[in-house]
Amino acid sequence: MRFHGFHAATLAVLAVLAAHPAVAKTISVSSTTPDANEKLQEALILAKPGDIVQLGAGVWKLVDGLSLDVANVTVRGAGAGEGGSILDFTGQQGAGEGLLVTSDDVYLTNFAVLNTKGDGIKSKGADRIVYHKLRVEWTAGPKETNGAYGIYPVESTDVLIDSVFVRGASDAGIYVGQSKNIVVRDSIATENVAGIEIENSYDADVHDNIATKNTGGILVFDLPSLPMQGGHNVRIFENIVNDNSTPNFAPKGNIVASVPTGTGVLVMANRHVEIFDNVLADNGTANVMIVGYRYEHKDAKYQPLPRDIVVRGNQHGKAGYAPAFEGGAQIAAALGGSIPPVLWDGAGDAVVLDKVGVLSLNLPDVATPRDQAKPAPADLSKGTPPAALPTIKLPDTMEAKVR
Amino acid sequence: MRRVFAALAAALLCASGGAAGSLPGVDQALVESDAMPPKLSAFGLFRGNDPKTPATGIGYALRAPLFSDYTDKHRFISIPVGRKAKILADGTIDFPLGTVLVKSFGWTDVNAARPVETRLLIRRASGWAALPYIWDADGKDATLALGGRRLPVTFKSPDGEVHSIRYAVPNKNQCKECHSLNGEIVPIGPKARNFILDPAASAKLRGVYFENPAALKPAMPQWDDPKSGSVADRARAYLDVNCAHCHNPAGSASNSGLFLRWTDNPAGVNYGIGKRPTAAGRGSGGMDFAIAPGDPAHSFLLYRLESTDPGIAMPELGRSTVHKEGAALLRQWIAEMPKASH
Repeated sequence: MRFHGFHAATLAVLAVLAAHPAVAKTISVSSTTPDANEKLQEALILAKPGDIVQLGAGVWKLVDGLSLDVANVTVRGAGAGEGGSILDFTGQQGAGEGLLVTSDDVYLTNFAVLNTKGDGIKSKGADRIVYHKLRVEWTAGPKETNGAYGIYPVESTDVLIDSVFVRGASDAGIYVGQSKNIVVRDSIATENVAGIEIENSYDADVHDNIATKNTGGILVFDLPSLPMQGGHNVRIFENIVNDNSTPNFAPKGNIVASVPTGTGVLVMANRHVEIFDNVLADNGTANVMIVGYRYEHKDAKYQPLPRDIVVRGNQHGKAGYAPAFEGGAQIAAALGGSIPPVLWDGAGDAVVLDKVGVLSLNLPDVATPRDQAKPAPADLSKGTPPAALPTIKLPDTMEAKVR
Repeated sequence: MRRVFAALAAALLCASGGAAGSLPGVDQALVESDAMPPKLSAFGLFRGNDPKTPATGIGYALRAPLFSDYTDKHRFISIPVGRKAKILADGTIDFPLGTVLVKSFGWTDVNAARPVETRLLIRRASGWAALPYIWDADGKDATLALGGRRLPVTFKSPDGEVHSIRYAVPNKNQCKECHSLNGEIVPIGPKARNFILDPAASAKLRGVYFENPAALKPAMPQWDDPKSGSVADRARAYLDVNCAHCHNPAGSASNSGLFLRWTDNPAGVNYGIGKRPTAAGRGSGGMDFAIAPGDPAHSFLLYRLESTDPGIAMPELGRSTVHKEGAALLRQWIAEMPKASH
């Protein structure tokens, strides 16, 4: 992982870039300034497009959430690890997140956000945002009282999340919601309820990440009654999704509270999701789970079934030895101790080309109650996969920032 | 409210006498510039810089105000002479360039009832600008606080309970988080359905400031006056003002799919009825629905309203205490809903 290295090189490159624009300036703020919270917030307000807000090294003891509403601003710290720029919200008294970004073309890099009461870093309606070399962490590890999302872009077009580390989120570590054209790569999500979640979004590549020791590793969801729905075109590839064994610690009522411990990749509803070339291992419920949305809803426009799901070329380690859904233990016992690595609830359609077993619960639609499941092995290798999705391409200006 | 209006009355008398485009005392050029003066006095909005004595303008109140830690709010509008506000067909008020909405916050038992902060919403050529000012210790002027601040205060709420809180003066961005529509700043309270002009203002004075003052007919009930509307209507008025500035399809909470405007269908799932949590985190409180009809104990909308934990509390900004009276109204509303309607 690139997370812990290359700070010096990165800073040197950025220094050159910073000197380039004629009017852009660097606003440096020190963690030791009296009223550092207020001074940093002022810097984020007074920054002009093109400016860099430079966070000094050290531990910032912050009591209120920060926000940025100026386009094309870089917020840059001295590193996300020890000795870097650590925004510590342990004493937070207000705001729903540690840092909120509501402007376009923002670049966040090289700092850490710790122990926020709500979400870590949220960006809403912030197009072309780049999250890079960040750490968002609840340092006591999994606890129901931790904030919900670590890195949380929503309602945005063009989102890049690169080389971040998220731990301890009581919902999803990296959560992308109601957005389009998304790349999540080279990142680590551990000890969250959901490691990485793409929800009600279109066109996403999630690759080269490690999702380990979460309750569920990588989730692709679509939920009803939201402004943007009909999630589709998501590729999950070349990730390591292993040992997602943390007992679910999400507050009840939230959709992720229903994710069984030991889930690798989970697709719920959605159209055209490709899961390929991943390493999937030691996920006690299933390496891959494909299900419909089974809650009551009143949204006539909502499509609750998974459709055009493709699973191919993945390496499967041990899985299905501790299926943590209702009736799972009995099914495992009946099948000789464990269930196959791929679990499908039986509704919608999927093509599984991996040479592993598939267990279908044979629920023909989302209305059939779960207690009418008739679990049996299924062969999903005969279907024809849809034409492969293209690689997500982000604007060059975004890629240039992390190059 | 009556007290506020009385204090304004004298100042209003001279409002119609100024030269076109300029107001006595008000530095209209500064108002209409993009400047953010460090001292509030620079605008000349008050007489002798007393926040309760406007240099000119017209006072107003709201049928249902936004709850802000039991502060008393003194509100007035300064509109340049010769320009007029217009009430549009949808009930929004189109204020002219150079308008300043002035809102001072304080408690009767804090700081000898002097405001602790004054927030300005200024209609500039570039759009509305939000500027927060905190009154200096000597009370003679107020200082710009772009980054916001926490002020320790102790006050008594109407039920006699003593609250010691670190009151949050919002930063400039937080002003916008609430006052945001499609990413642009807009006023929240001043809509025809919620707007009460100073009853002491003469018809002539109303005509000076408003093109069509007769259109200011508040349709919403007064949230805390049972005579003004049913429990359900008063609850909806409360939600409109306290929640819908974010919870609308173009607001800060658009992604939640929870829309609480006066005009939204109060029986729909998007009004919270049987709506499962979206991005609520700990805000769900272990419950399945924002509003479970007939069952306030399992309605997390209420749970969030009654919390002061930043990871749970709604609204997310502007509140360090629980509005017990508002919560009681919503509790009664939910309790009285027929369970079958869910």
